Amino acid sequence: MVDLTSPPPRKRATTGLHATSSGQSAERAFRAICLLALALPLALLAVLLIDVLRDAAPRLSWSFLTSFPSRRAELAGIKAALVGTTYLMVLTAAIAIPVGLGAAIYLEEYARPGRVTQLIELNISNLAGVPSIIYGLLGLEVFVRIMHMGRSLLAGACTLALLLLPMIVTASREALRTVPRALREASYALGAGHWSTIRRVVLPMSLPGVLTGVILSLARAIGETAPLITIGALTYVAFLPRGIGDAFTAMPIQIFNWVSRPQAAFKVNAAAGIVVLLAMMLILNGVAIWLRARLQRRITW
Amino acid sequence: MARANTLRVDLKAPKPVGEKLIGWVLGVCAAVSVVTTAGIVAVLLYETVGFFKHVSLGQFLGDTEWTPLFANKHWGIWPLVTGTVLTSAIAIAVALPLGLLGAVYLSELAEGRTRKILKPLLEVLAGVPTVVYGYFALTFVTPILQKFIPGLASSNALSAGIVMGIMILPVIASLSEDAIYAVPGSLRENAYALGAGKLRTIFRVVLPTAFSGIGAAVILGISRAVGETMIVAIAAGQQPRFSGDPTKPIETMTAYIVQVSMGDTPTGTIEYQTIFAVGFSLFVMTLALNIAAQRLRKRVLKGAA
Amino acid sequence: MAASPSPAPNNVVTAPPRPEVRREAEPKSEQGLPPKLRAENLRAYFGKSEALRGVSLAIAERGVTAIIGPSGCGKSTFVRCLNRMHEVVPGARVSGSVYFDGQDIYERGIDPVRLRRRVGMVFQKPNPFPTMSIRENVLAGLRLNGMKVSHEDELVERALRQGALWDEVKDSLDRSGVSLSGGQQQRLCIARSLALEPEVLLMDEPCSALDPTATAKVEELIHELRETYTIVIVTHNMQQAARVADYTAFFYVGELVEFDETNVLFTKPSDPRTEDYITGRFG
Repeated sequence: MVDLTSPPPRKRATTGLHATSSGQSAERAFRAICLLALALPLALLAVLLIDVLRDAAPRLSWSFLTSFPSRRAELAGIKAALVGTTYLMVLTAAIAIPVGLGAAIYLEEYARPGRVTQLIELNISNLAGVPSIIYGLLGLEVFVRIMHMGRSLLAGACTLALLLLPMIVTASREALRTVPRALREASYALGAGHWSTIRRVVLPMSLPGVLTGVILSLARAIGETAPLITIGALTYVAFLPRGIGDAFTAMPIQIFNWVSRPQAAFKVNAAAGIVVLLAMMLILNGVAIWLRARLQRRITW
Repeated sequence: MARANTLRVDLKAPKPVGEKLIGWVLGVCAAVSVVTTAGIVAVLLYETVGFFKHVSLGQFLGDTEWTPLFANKHWGIWPLVTGTVLTSAIAIAVALPLGLLGAVYLSELAEGRTRKILKPLLEVLAGVPTVVYGYFALTFVTPILQKFIPGLASSNALSAGIVMGIMILPVIASLSEDAIYAVPGSLRENAYALGAGKLRTIFRVVLPTAFSGIGAAVILGISRAVGETMIVAIAAGQQPRFSGDPTKPIETMTAYIVQVSMGDTPTGTIEYQTIFAVGFSLFVMTLALNIAAQRLRKRVLKGAA
Repeated sequence: MAASPSPAPNNVVTAPPRPEVRREAEPKSEQGLPPKLRAENLRAYFGKSEALRGVSLAIAERGVTAIIGPSGCGKSTFVRCLNRMHEVVPGARVSGSVYFDGQDIYERGIDPVRLRRRVGMVFQKPNPFPTMSIRENVLAGLRLNGMKVSHEDELVERALRQGALWDEVKDSLDRSGVSLSGGQQQRLCIARSLALEPEVLLMDEPCSALDPTATAKVEELIHELRETYTIVIVTHNMQQAARVADYTAFFYVGELVEFDETNVLFTKPSDPRTEDYITGRFG
């Protein structure tokens, strides 16, 4: 007999408001996948560094830093390349900084918005995307051949300077923009001319940003190989360059040369060279950070 | 207090010559960029025209063998192009999924602290010199892959492509993240208000809106892979091969230029001109890619406005 | 309503209507000298919008002239036209004339840079140059102009004394310019301008960013300087104008509404708009 007096048994309330476990676990799984996607390349980077250090260990010594290359791997050292890179960076900076900073000052302080300015800015952003080996081709034809610089430090520095120019111009413009308008107006109100204001007020204040940009570009330039190979930097150099017209080699080129040799012993040298190169980059980056912090303290207002 | 009157200044005066000169000098500095571009185009064109005096366009675009340095000379550009395309395709296959997922994580799912640590670490990936990556590809990646792929040659497109992918990953991740970040918050809130969960919002709303920006990021990544030299010069080989097999040695356009530059090539010879012809093709490819990416980005800006 | 004889400001006063509105007053300075600066039909534009509509005003030599008015009335713009700073802003334009010692500064051939050495300016927010010490800040004007200075220490001391800052900083001249308090920084900026020995000092709301003590010090300084310099001060604080200025001009929506001796303007203003502003009907 059916009981008709008591109310029918209630079903459990399914209002649909509770979070579905499937939705949450999907989100968690996705989050894990994304983290993995990021962790994978970073892990590979760590593996790379450890691997290089391990490979390089037998060869890392003071004699490595102070010897010239040799046909015998155990005797080959990185001295010529180390010195070559140092000279190259100094020369490149000497060329790139005035031109890059000058261009940045022109674009920020003198140029009026118009076709010419747009053209210059378009060129700078395009040049940033040109492969570095094309700069090498340009350097080969113009600096090495047409301007008769030969396969010299000067040709290498000019080529690298052109390569770094977009980066330096962009970083310098950012730095110039941080100077507040009020300071420029104060300078004008004192009767200062345009260039005087730039030289004594704007530039000192934007110095930290400019220097940081320059040092970071140099840290990038230090690892550039392709343009230097193309203009003919030598791969076997048993002497130190004495003038800007001399032939030279550089760290990445020496590393490339050693890596390309079949003997395993040279691969060890290549690894050691890489360690030295990375150390140099770390130092440069460290200097950039330290310099920025130090100069920034003077400026806070 | 008596005035010193030592600095009486006349109002009328010609503008100092120094100021005008400075303006001109600075303008010249700025013009260097325009001159550089013009120089690149002029140099590449000049030598390429010289090249095509000896080699017909038909040979360049029709032949599938590239042997300009051998006795039996073939002038087809396709082996080099396929080498470049193959390695770049592998690179993108690695960098796109990882980079995009990473970008989604950084912009949508990560907390501030994680973001602050991970972003700079990703930038480190971009800062490693490419010779180092090349070394890694040759001495570490290839031997490991050889354990899984028996026929893998010691120089091959696969290792180089994979390592190149890691190198361009920061480009894709960072630019995609910018694109995702540019999606207005109101759009997301609308989706949540309609009852969509986080995942669904990301895949159905955010990513489609950021599509142009992500597309630009991918194209720029491809452009960087195409122009990359050292990784492929070290690890991918120096044998131009018109094939899509990633386990064999190939040669990319960039590696060919390196190969010729390492030797002694006097000016004016056809071999010298080949590197400019190849360089010109490379320049055209990367220019086209960069312009396409810029156009896409302009569309993003217009859309967001 | 009968006119009230007491001169206290803030009383509602209706003066008997004057026969003509004194728009182009030719104020005589205390020494009876002709006006130092005279604007004639001065118009200033920011792009297409007109910020000053045909202002004609004469500033007496030596003494203090205050410019008052609600925000946006053009008082800062006017003052910035007096040393040709207005045109520094991109898109800004000026028409009309400003006569400085009888010479129209907007005439062709006049170098604004040289003008600014004789007409100095102090801004609202103190802006000493952060990369320079106190000493270098004082000398900045001269260095920026490329002038060689023979007795630097004397000049620094004299300028800082004129700026009423010497006693406070004489032992720490090499400290950074931004290490001083707000009021001290403003006095440093005044000293910096005075080091160039200008004839006119323009002050654009110099005390707005300062606390009352610092304000009092700067006002005291203005009182000392009025013996030697012609001072034009823009202020949104009417009490300040009443305290420091000999003459006051009231601007409204880009026009000069009324210009008179300070106590006259505040007690018996002739224009109803002036009266409304002074009595606080609008700010």
